[in-house]
Amino acid sequence: MAKEVAVIGVGQSSFVRGYEGSIRELAFEAFREAMQDAGITAKDVDASVFCSAPEYDKQRSPAGVLAEYLGLIPQPTFYIETVCSSSSSGVKVGYSMIKAGLHDVVVVLGFQKMSEITSAESQERMGRGADIQWEAPFGTMMPAYYALYAQAYMAKNGLTHDDLMNVRIKSGTYGQINERAVYRKGVKASDFDSSNPDARMAGAVAWPLRVGDACANADGSSCIILANAEKAKAFSKKPVWILGIGAASEAVNMAARPDFSKGLSVGYNAAEQAYKMAGITAKDVKVAEVHDCFTIAEIMAYEGLGFAPMGEGKQLIREKATYKEGRIPVNVDGGLLSKGHPIGATGGSQMRTIVLQLRGEAGPMQVPGEPDIGLVHNVGGVGLYGNVTIFGR
Amino acid sequence: MGFDKFGRKSFTGMTKTAKFVDFLNEGKIEGTVCKQCGAKYFPPRSDCAACLSKDMDWFDMPKKGTLETFTTAYYAPFGFEKDCPYTMGVVDFGNNLKLFARVAGDLKPEDVKVGMDVSIKPLTYEDGQVSFEIIRA
Repeated sequence: MAKEVAVIGVGQSSFVRGYEGSIRELAFEAFREAMQDAGITAKDVDASVFCSAPEYDKQRSPAGVLAEYLGLIPQPTFYIETVCSSSSSGVKVGYSMIKAGLHDVVVVLGFQKMSEITSAESQERMGRGADIQWEAPFGTMMPAYYALYAQAYMAKNGLTHDDLMNVRIKSGTYGQINERAVYRKGVKASDFDSSNPDARMAGAVAWPLRVGDACANADGSSCIILANAEKAKAFSKKPVWILGIGAASEAVNMAARPDFSKGLSVGYNAAEQAYKMAGITAKDVKVAEVHDCFTIAEIMAYEGLGFAPMGEGKQLIREKATYKEGRIPVNVDGGLLSKGHPIGATGGSQMRTIVLQLRGEAGPMQVPGEPDIGLVHNVGGVGLYGNVTIFGR
Repeated sequence: MGFDKFGRKSFTGMTKTAKFVDFLNEGKIEGTVCKQCGAKYFPPRSDCAACLSKDMDWFDMPKKGTLETFTTAYYAPFGFEKDCPYTMGVVDFGNNLKLFARVAGDLKPEDVKVGMDVSIKPLTYEDGQVSFEIIRA
C-alpha cells in the first residue's frame, strides 16, 4: 500500500432543494470548508479540477469562472465529466497529476445546481445521459433503466420489495442525523404501504421501482484537496491516503449489456482494479459509501464490491450488516437516497464522508472500532462509468 | 426518410444508419454485420469497432427471443407523457444479440414475465413515426 497521494482537506455544502445562490456561491461553500479543513490558502494550491454534469449548467465552461471566484487563478484549471461520477473521476485525474509530479496540491471541486431547470426537464436530460439515438425515442428515463436491472435481479435472486424498502429505511436512519442531507425525515414501512393512498413512497415510478426507491435531486457542492506525501505531512495532522483507484466503462445501450441479474459491470470491474492496487480484499474494508441512486443499486453494489456473494446481497440488509454497528457499514451518512444526489458533487461528498470516518470525525454517524480502511463506489449514468476509490489512514 | 422519423420522438437527425427507418417501413428490423470480420451489431452501426472496417451490410434480426427484463413506466420524460403507462424491455436472442424496445400495448403489465418467449415487429404510429416493438411470441 503506497502512501503517495493524500486527502488533506474535505468540504461539502448542505445538499438542498433550490439553492438560493449562483453556482459560484455554491462552489464556494464546499471550497471554504475544505480549505479551512486543510489549513491552507489559495497560494498553496497548484491546480484545480471542476466536475459537474454540464447539461444542468447554464454557464458554459464553468472551470475558469469558478477558479476565478475561488481565487485559484492564474493556476491551471479544467473540467471533468462522467455524469454522476464526475467528482470521482476528477479525483482520479488529480491523483494522476500529483503522482506524475506535475503538481503538489490539487483542488477537486464537484458541484451541481439541478434546480436551474424544472424536474421534467431534468428527467429528460437524465435520460439523455443514456443512448439518445436508439433508446430515448422509446421514452426512457433513469428510474426505468435501473428498474430493468431490478426486475431481472429480483426474478433471479429472490430479492423482494421489502428488501428494497429496508435499504431506504436504513438510509433514512442516517439521513435524519446528517445535517447536510436534503431529506432529514426517517422512513417507516408504512411509507411504502401501497394500500394507503397517502403513503408517500409507495407509488410506482418505473415498476418494480417506487417513489421511495429513488434518490432525491438536490443542489450541492463538494471539495477534496489532494497533496503529495511531502505536502501532506507538512500541512496535515491526519492525512488520509488514497490506496487504490479503479475505473471502468460499459456499453451505453441496454442491448449490449451482459446479464442484467448480475448488476452493473462497471462496479465489479472498477472494484477489482482498486482492490488490486491497494493490495487488499473486500474483507479489509471497514466502512463504505456506495452509489445508491436507487435502492436496487445499493444491493447490486454489495455484490460488485464483494461484500456479499453474487445473488446474496439481500442477506446484508436482512441481517442489518450494513448498519453502523454491522459487519460492513454502508452509506451511514444517508447515502444518495437521503443525503441527495447533486450529480457532479456526489463522489466528492462520498469521499468526504469516508475521510471523516477514517479520521474519527464523523460525529453521530461515526462507525465504531476506529475504521482504518474505507471505500467509495461512485457510478455514472446507468453503469456507463464506474469508479471505486479506496482510502486508508 | 430521415432518422427524425424513428421512435415516438427522435433526438437524432442525421446518421449513416438512417436506412434502418426505410427498412422499418418495409416491415423489416435490421441490424448491421461487418463484411470484413463478421461482427454483428444491434442497434445498427455504420462502423466496426472490432476491426475498424467501414464496410457494413444489413441483416434481418432474429424473430424469436426471450424477454430478459422489463419495466413499466408510470412517469414519462417530457414529450412522452400521453403514452403512460408503457412497458419497455430487453430481448435476448442468444449469440450476443439483444434488443431494447417498448412492449406492445396489448400486453398487460401483469402478463409480462421475465424469461417469456417473445418476438418483435415494426410499428407505425398515428403521426407517421416508425418504430419496433416487442410482442408475445
